[in-house]
Amino acid sequence: MAAAGGAGPGRPVYFVDGCRTPFLKARGMPGPFRAADLAVAAGRALLARQPFPPELLDEVVLGCIMPGPDEANLARIVAMRLGCGPRVPAWTVQRNCGSGLQALHSAAQAIACGRSELVLAGGTEAMSRAPLLLGDELVELLAELARARSLGTRLRVLARLRPRHLVPVSSLQRGLRDPICGLGMGQTAEGLASSFGISRVRMDAFAVESHRRLAEAEDLGHLEERVPLFGPDGARYDRDEGLRRDTDLAGLARLRPAFEPPHGVITAGNSAQISDGAACLLMASGAAVRRHGLPVLGRMEACHWAGLEPERMGLGPVHAMAPILARRGLGSADVDAWEINEAFAVQVLACLDAWQSPEYARAHLGLDAPFQAIDPGRLNVDGGGLALGHPVGCSGARIVLHLLQVLRRRRARLGMAALCIGGGQGGAMLVHGAEGLDPEEPGGADGAGGADGADGADGADGADGVDGGAGRDRGAR
Amino acid sequence: MNAGRDAFRHWRLDPDPGGILWLSLDRADSSSNTLSVDVLAELGRVLAQVVRLRPRGLVLRSAKPDGFSPGADIGEFARLAGAAEALAHCQLGQALFTALAQLPMPTVAMIHGPCLGGGLELALACRRRVASDAPGTRLGLPEVRLGIHPGFGGSVRLTDLLGPAPALDLMLSGRQLSARAALRMGLVDAVVPERQLARAAAALLGPEARPRRTLAQRAHRLLGHWPARPILAGWLRRRVARSVDPVHYPAPFALVALLAAGRSGGGTADRFLAEARSVAQLGTGSTARSLVRVFQLQERLKGLALDRHGAPAPRCVHVAGAGALGGVFAAWCALQGRLVTVQDPDPERLASLLARAGELFRRQLKDPREVRAAMDRLLPDPDGAGAGRADLVLEAIGEDLEAKRTLYRALEPRLRPEAVLASATATLPLERLADGLARPERFLGLRIFQPVAGTRLVEVAAWSGTGRDAADRAAAFVGAIRRLPLPVRAGPGGLVHRVLVPYLMEALLLVGEGVAPAEIDRAAEAFGMPVGPVLLADSMGLDTCLALARGLGPACGIPAILEALVAAGHLGRASGQGCYRFQAGRPVRPRLPAPRPGGGLEQRLLLRMLNAAVACLRTRVVADEDLLDAGLVFGAGFAPFRGGPMGHIRQEGPGRQEQLLAALADQHGPRFTPDPGWGAL
Repeated sequence: MAAAGGAGPGRPVYFVDGCRTPFLKARGMPGPFRAADLAVAAGRALLARQPFPPELLDEVVLGCIMPGPDEANLARIVAMRLGCGPRVPAWTVQRNCGSGLQALHSAAQAIACGRSELVLAGGTEAMSRAPLLLGDELVELLAELARARSLGTRLRVLARLRPRHLVPVSSLQRGLRDPICGLGMGQTAEGLASSFGISRVRMDAFAVESHRRLAEAEDLGHLEERVPLFGPDGARYDRDEGLRRDTDLAGLARLRPAFEPPHGVITAGNSAQISDGAACLLMASGAAVRRHGLPVLGRMEACHWAGLEPERMGLGPVHAMAPILARRGLGSADVDAWEINEAFAVQVLACLDAWQSPEYARAHLGLDAPFQAIDPGRLNVDGGGLALGHPVGCSGARIVLHLLQVLRRRRARLGMAALCIGGGQGGAMLVHGAEGLDPEEPGGADGAGGADGADGADGADGADGVDGGAGRDRGAR
Repeated sequence: MNAGRDAFRHWRLDPDPGGILWLSLDRADSSSNTLSVDVLAELGRVLAQVVRLRPRGLVLRSAKPDGFSPGADIGEFARLAGAAEALAHCQLGQALFTALAQLPMPTVAMIHGPCLGGGLELALACRRRVASDAPGTRLGLPEVRLGIHPGFGGSVRLTDLLGPAPALDLMLSGRQLSARAALRMGLVDAVVPERQLARAAAALLGPEARPRRTLAQRAHRLLGHWPARPILAGWLRRRVARSVDPVHYPAPFALVALLAAGRSGGGTADRFLAEARSVAQLGTGSTARSLVRVFQLQERLKGLALDRHGAPAPRCVHVAGAGALGGVFAAWCALQGRLVTVQDPDPERLASLLARAGELFRRQLKDPREVRAAMDRLLPDPDGAGAGRADLVLEAIGEDLEAKRTLYRALEPRLRPEAVLASATATLPLERLADGLARPERFLGLRIFQPVAGTRLVEVAAWSGTGRDAADRAAAFVGAIRRLPLPVRAGPGGLVHRVLVPYLMEALLLVGEGVAPAEIDRAAEAFGMPVGPVLLADSMGLDTCLALARGLGPACGIPAILEALVAAGHLGRASGQGCYRFQAGRPVRPRLPAPRPGGGLEQRLLLRMLNAAVACLRTRVVADEDLLDAGLVFGAGFAPFRGGPMGHIRQEGPGRQEQLLAALADQHGPRFTPDPGWGAL
């Protein structure tokens, strides 16, 4: 932390504030909002309550996997619509399900290295609006038709048209299938269920609990980062539509396997829902926090990305979280709250099993000893993607934002957010809640332990782009 | 060829190597090209020079960035002494434009920005026209709004170019066309992006650029010939008579008469003469005088909006209360480019506001991208977060003193130091609302009238504690959203309500006496009010009227029938039943017998209003007669051709009006007692 507070690399990065839209359930037809509309709704509510005008942002970074055809470089569209003006650059990042988290990480890197002071970052996805594509054969036919000069040639080309050519291709379905191993995401989940021996009942129970926790959070008003969505037709959306309060084990047990019928165990009930939503966070340097008198929601400590076999992509969080804790000498108990995105119930359960497995630690993580089990009372305390939905490009930003809210509510310090990423990756981010942070101090040092010089060693670790000053004084794992 | 660059004050001739002569209009000492006598007089010498230079073609353009030409100089026109002078003025313009039209080489007018009235007549004297596709390009002949019609040959040339039906439509409505609409109609020959204007103009000079007309355009031109022409004129006259009164508004009828008289083929000189005579006669009539005065009042109010500090117009607006008034005002502000946050505890009201705003934007903007941008500027803000960034905060919640004060207590600590805090209250005294504010000097009243999108006036009500700075900022803001600010002294009712409500009460008294509402409204409409008082009261809401009348004090006289209707829940249009019964939002109006002679209704209604106007002037609610008239014309639609209440009093003679009042007071009671202010008139 030699450079703490200075303009050089490694400046601390603060989370100031954040908003998300309600998550709208995809209903088999295009939803009421495009991806950019969703991000604008979240972003403008966020910016309206800031003491500085949007033009002062240095950058807008948004994650989105499938922007609409009119949304090339969606982040720039959103920035312009938010009133940032022409001078604020913006870019869109794509790391599949990690896109939202990647946006936060990219923003943090820009702040840490001194390039930016204030960045709007987040993610958005309108999965219901994933385009339908024409098949390759039809596209070739149409191209030939366009080239054809005479009526005869045209008729000959048209004569080759077959009904099967007219079946559209769902870009969503294509996107959810791994192009390397050829498995759909649901099929990789089936693989985890069988290799970790996780029963359908255990998965379904996990899903029921996700709904129960979300319902409770809703009732207690714990989803305060959510702002209502208003349609131009006067429609209002202020609830997460995925929540089913009547979900129970018996009901889930009746569902048919969604991916590998008839013997599979992964159903629509124990998989994340397909939905539309956006989340935006405001991130700032210590200097910007002080200059504008901004509140501090937390500080980014570290971010790590890991790769593994595409077939086992669901275990990505384990691979991404382990190095962060290992490097800092932290254990499971040092982390006060966890958000592991629920793509599939089995995938989170497999992560929990692998996390405490000595064999897995040795074979895959290069650690002599595994971590302690993660306390279920600290994991996804307000439910997750199973109940809420998983708008792929948005979820990374949502879990970090909600994690910061949980830390604030519990007056707790360290939180870990992680998700699995299609294609065989994992992403994880360690954050420090507002508790014990003193942004007035130029270094933004942890009030409890003070700046820890030894953390400078993290600077040598390329993966750990932005390491603040979380203390090593928090003890061994 | 040497054009003698510095020979002219208002015009410039630039030859180019291709043989094209570029004639630029650049009126000296003015930022816009109004066509003054000076400018016109010089055009004669310019054209003589053009003939000497013998270019291959001539392009006429404006050197002003703000547009081609907004038309004749209204101030100059208003100063013309009599019909003879006006006739001479028109004939000068006609002669010059005819000289331009008869130049031996091809001519093209190159149009950007406003090209209106005399400016469009000038462009029409060129053989071809090309316009920029920018949204600022507007073409039209709005003279009818000043009680006259085109007088520099425009009515003749437009009719010959487009055919009588589209030409008359344009001149009768006074509406302004976008470049695209002008192209569709055949008014311009090409529409191009501004960056291509010069090249497009040059191309139109070439021999290959023959005009291409659509079938519809050709058909319209055919209608200009006998025998279609007189039939069309008869039809148009009946159509015009349905919407306006020939005594109040003679100009539309004069236009139709010109069409009927004109003979296709020969007699162009006769048609020009008829046009000039008609304008000269109209221009010296009382309607045109009044309408020109109203136009000048409007310019004066616009002038009041110019921020004297040169500070930028407010960008962010926060509106508390998404009800009828606040919500529509918020949508209007967003339409006018402001960033608006709307606070309301009821999310349903916010949602319905957005639906209404969406409709307004789609109707006004059409382009889906602009509609989306306007929607993006209008942010529902349940928690009132936007107050902290707003330059102006408008409170438009229900008329409850304590609720308003509570809201101010919550809002004020979050306001920026230079923000203005305004209340839309119509009935509560500003002094009492200001009580308890930490910085009362930035507090004032902004009184908006229904319908917000239709009524152009906003009263800026300063109370004794309002700082000059806040009042200036508020006026600048009103101007920035294209409304007219009227500075009034705070007090119950402001200006418009104080003058209007006694008139509404008199109408309701008449209803109580058994006169049919439709009969009362007919009398007021015959006088020239856009909506009769009974229907207006029903539309404003009878409960609102009652509250306003109570706020004005006992002298106002509250009719028993008003209290009874409100007590019964018959609140007017909103509840479906008031003095009228409403079906699907429209009043059910019975067929009426012929009007009773004598006109007692009109007198009772009108004199209450005039008496209140004189009282407002005496108590200096507004600074002078002009502002009073501006307030009632733009805020309440008072017959503009009568020039507002004071204009009407001046025309009719104050002494006579006072006598009538005294007579009414004897007959109906002290509410007609002439105000002491009459003596000073």
